[in-house]
Amino acid sequence: MTAVSARALHKIYEGQRSVLALDNVSLEIPEGQFTSILGPSGCGKSTFLRCIAGLEEISDGSLHVRGKEVNGPPDNIGMVFQRDALLDWRTIERNIMLPIEFAKKSTQAAAPSMAKLLKLTGLADFGDRYPRELSGGMRQRAAICRALIDSPALLLMDEPFGALDALTRDQMNVELQRIWLEIRNTVIFVTHGISESVFLADKVAVFSPRPGRILEVIDIDLPRPRKLAIRESAEFGAYTQHIRRLFEGMGLIDESAEVE
Amino acid sequence: MTRNSHVLRSLVMGLISFGVLLLLWEAAVKGFNVRPIIMPAPSSIFRELWGDLPWYLANAGYTLLTTLVGFVLSVVIGVLIAVLLVSVPWFESTIYPLIISFNSVPKVAIAPLFVVWLGTGAEPQIAIAFLIAVFAIIVDAVHGLRSVPADVMDLGRVLKGSRADFFFKVRLPGALPSILSGMKVSISLALVGAIVGEFVASQRGLGYIILSAQGSFDTPRVFAALFLLAAMGMLLFSTVGLLERRLTHWRHIS
Repeated sequence: MTAVSARALHKIYEGQRSVLALDNVSLEIPEGQFTSILGPSGCGKSTFLRCIAGLEEISDGSLHVRGKEVNGPPDNIGMVFQRDALLDWRTIERNIMLPIEFAKKSTQAAAPSMAKLLKLTGLADFGDRYPRELSGGMRQRAAICRALIDSPALLLMDEPFGALDALTRDQMNVELQRIWLEIRNTVIFVTHGISESVFLADKVAVFSPRPGRILEVIDIDLPRPRKLAIRESAEFGAYTQHIRRLFEGMGLIDESAEVE
Repeated sequence: MTRNSHVLRSLVMGLISFGVLLLLWEAAVKGFNVRPIIMPAPSSIFRELWGDLPWYLANAGYTLLTTLVGFVLSVVIGVLIAVLLVSVPWFESTIYPLIISFNSVPKVAIAPLFVVWLGTGAEPQIAIAFLIAVFAIIVDAVHGLRSVPADVMDLGRVLKGSRADFFFKVRLPGALPSILSGMKVSISLALVGAIVGEFVASQRGLGYIILSAQGSFDTPRVFAALFLLAAMGMLLFSTVGLLERRLTHWRHIS
C-alpha cells in the first residue's frame, strides 16, 4: 500500500494577492520508506507536509494518506516540528506520554515503549528532567520520542534539525537513521540540506522554488547503515552533485558572481 | 541551599533597613519635639498596638477575611471570564470592550453604590475588593491563554485530543505563569478594595479603625492600624509569591 499519494495537488493561499504555493504536485510515497522532501526556503515543501498532516486544506487535486482522503489530521501519524514544541511544565517523560494521554490510552501500558525510546535516543537518564534543563539536540530527541510513542505508521518531520548547530545536526542524522532502522515506519523528512536529505533517505523529492513543483524524484541507492564518512564517497558525491545541478538550473546557485 | 541563603540574606537586609528607618523616625520626632497628633514616635505606636492587641488583631482578621474572599472570587471568576473570552468568539467582540471600558471607571467612585445595594455588612467590602482585583486577573489570564505557540497548536491538532484535553493539559497550564503574575497584582488591589469598602461603610476592620481614629484625632491609633495593614500586605503578597514559585518551579530551573 502507498503511505501517501498526491495527485495534481495545488495549494493556493487566498488573499488580496493570492499565492500559488504548490503547483501540480504528484508524488507516491511507498510504505516503510524514508523519503526526503528537499527544496530551497519558501518553496512550499513545508506546506506540502502540512497538507499531508491535515493542517492545511488542499485547493485542488487529490491527497490520500494510507488509502483515505485527507480531511483533517489522519489517524496514527506522528509529527516533529522545527522547534521541539515541548511543554515546559512537563518532565521529559510526561511530555513523551502526551499523545498516549490524548488518545485516552493507558500510560502504564506505554511505559515499556517509552523506556525503550528513551534508551534508543540516549535520554534514559533525563526522563525526570524538565525541557529547560536540556540542550537543543536533547530536546529535539525528546520531541522525536513523543512523535514515536504511539507507534505511528507515518512520521512527518518538518525541518527538525534546522535550528541545531552543524555538529549536533550531524549527530542527530546518525541517530535518526539508527532509530529508523529499528522502527522502519514511513518517514517524510522535510529539509533544505542537500547532504542531509541524501544521507537519510531512500528517496529524495526535489522541489523547485515557489510555486513548489517537483523537479525530480531520486532513488538513493546507498547501503545502510550509513556512516557520516559516506558523505565523502564518490557515489554520495554523485547524488549531491546531481541535485546541485538541478538547483543551478533553477538559478538558485550562481557562482559567476564570485569574483574576489 | 544557595537560594535559601539568598532569601535569608535579603530578609535580614530588609529588617535592618526597616529598623534603621524606625530609629531615625524616633530620633526626628523626639529631636524636633513633634506633637503626637501630627506624627507619633514609633515607640508610642507600638505601645498603642500592644495595649489593645486582641482588639487590633480581631479587626485585622476581619479585613484579612474580606480581602481574601474578594481575592479568591476575583481569581475564580476572572479566570472563568478569561476562558469564555478566548473560547467563545462572539463573547470577545461583545463583552471584552465592555470590560475594558468598565475598567477605566475608578472603582473607588462606585463604592458608595455598593452600600446602597448590599448594605453595611461585609458584602460591599468583598464586592469592592473583588471588583478592583478582578481586572488584573482577566487581562493577564486572557494574555496567557492566548499565548500558545503555533507549533504547539499544530501538535494539539495532529494528536486529535478532545477540546477538554487540550485545554486542561496545554492551554491552562501554559497560562498559569500569566495568571499567577495577575494574582500578585490582584492580591494587593483586593486589600485596597477591602479598605475602601470599610471607609465607605463599616463598623469593623482596619479601615474602620483608621477612619474613626482620625475623627477623634487619635493619630497613634491610625498609625497602629497602618502598621498592621503594611504587615498584612507584605504577608499576602509574599504568600502569593511563594505559591507562584511552587506552581511554576519549572520556570526557575536553568
